[in-house]
Amino acid sequence: MAEYSIKDKVAIVGLGETKYYKRGQAPVSEFQLACEAILKAVADAGITVTDLDGFASYSNDRNDAARLATALGLPHYAWASMVWGGGGGGGSGAVAQAAAAVAAGYAKYVVVFRALAQGQFGRFGQAAYTWPYGLFVPAQWVALRVRRFMHEHRVTQDALAAVVLADYHHAQLNPRAVMYGRPLTREQYDRSRWIVEPFHLYDCCMENDGAAALILTSAERARDLKQKPVYVMAAAQGAPHRAAAAAENSPDYASSHFRTLAPRLYQMAEIGPQDVDVVQIYEHFSGAVPISLVEHGFCEPDGVMDLCRLENFIAPHGKLPLNTSGGNIAECYMHGLELVNEAVRQCRGSSTAQVPGAKIALVASGPMVSPVSDLLVHG
Amino acid sequence: MAENSPYYLPEGLPAPKAQRDGMDAGFWEALRRHELVVQQCARCQSLQFAPEWICHKCQGGNLGWHRVSGRGRLYSWVRSWNPVHPALKQAGPFIIAVVELPDANNLRMVGNLLGDPMQDAPFDAEVEAVFEDHPEATLVQWKLVR
Repeated sequence: MAEYSIKDKVAIVGLGETKYYKRGQAPVSEFQLACEAILKAVADAGITVTDLDGFASYSNDRNDAARLATALGLPHYAWASMVWGGGGGGGSGAVAQAAAAVAAGYAKYVVVFRALAQGQFGRFGQAAYTWPYGLFVPAQWVALRVRRFMHEHRVTQDALAAVVLADYHHAQLNPRAVMYGRPLTREQYDRSRWIVEPFHLYDCCMENDGAAALILTSAERARDLKQKPVYVMAAAQGAPHRAAAAAENSPDYASSHFRTLAPRLYQMAEIGPQDVDVVQIYEHFSGAVPISLVEHGFCEPDGVMDLCRLENFIAPHGKLPLNTSGGNIAECYMHGLELVNEAVRQCRGSSTAQVPGAKIALVASGPMVSPVSDLLVHG
Repeated sequence: MAENSPYYLPEGLPAPKAQRDGMDAGFWEALRRHELVVQQCARCQSLQFAPEWICHKCQGGNLGWHRVSGRGRLYSWVRSWNPVHPALKQAGPFIIAVVELPDANNLRMVGNLLGDPMQDAPFDAEVEAVFEDHPEATLVQWKLVR
């Protein structure tokens, strides 16, 4: 038995998302998007909005719990929490907080949400020591780490292309996906312009408007609700030693920062990577995925080229189906919360790229930032 | 890159500035003298970069500066194409380098790799510091040691 465990005490019972838009194209405010996604999750769960009594989010979501509770007309709320850190690192961590709040009895129905209308606001702030050298954006510092990993383990562009093509393949099956109806070939990928080597345009996630939400409640309450419950097996958040050291001084540099989390995750769930049926791995940039897969035990570093192949990544019969809704690259960049919803869909059996009999799904949130987080769910 | 410019990147990028609290002033002052330094803990002698207010090894609060040779190893580099800042709009691709300092416990610094932006520099190649004086501050850049 793991020293820390939330296993099977809490279930995910409702999913919601708005229509996903290209950046700047949402016709309503970001706050309205958040409300809409939450109300859809409430409807999906078959509860009433006044049952909600908790909120969890991440990445300094601008739509704070007090405003949402007021706008939604909740009789009260009993839990509000935010995971520290930027990007998508807190996606699974917010689910962990919601699960913890339910298990501890702080709240009965906690909604995890993320809303973004990036056209209405700026993006993340940045740090110093790097700007004078033209190092400004995540694409560049992620590329520096990925290039080191590729050098150390003889990884080629083919591994990155496999991630992107799998995302686009799955998006063609998913009408929610922003890239639905826009298939991508390897030739188009190779011809697309460089953003920063080794990332072509298509290796980079989109920028989108929209919102996503999911509702957690106790396993007991979940039994009487509308949807097949999907249980939280385990969650973990954190980062390795000095992961946020400035000027690229994170000691374990060619890393996605999951090395200290994954063992805790599997121990809590009492399973190993061989038991996972489908994975949703955050891809702000494609090159982070192979490193994340290594750190979750799906292959050795020198086995990346064998695992990271299109045929392995696509549902229904790939060896390790990856990002089955299209992910950040081709469904929607909802800072990875769309990946959590997709993991739940796989365990419900309702994905548009369903893995037959999928029981256990893994989500890895926000590689290379600090903290990152992880989630395992089962049907 | 302008052929006759003394700088690797176009003018107009943010100039480096010591932090307002003074924590890293010694680093920028050393670069002005064309010296490369990292932080050193007076109590446990550990080296540290980027600067912090306390030593990450012993939590001591008395940190000074330790001069290093300026020889390094090209730990990683990328060729960056997208104009991520308005000043880079007219520029072509450029190379960002992460350099490890073997004589400073493999601490790392970020700079540009001087020379042809289309070069294919080998990982782990030996590089040396080149000081690039701007009106407001001095940058440390890197070039391959042939």
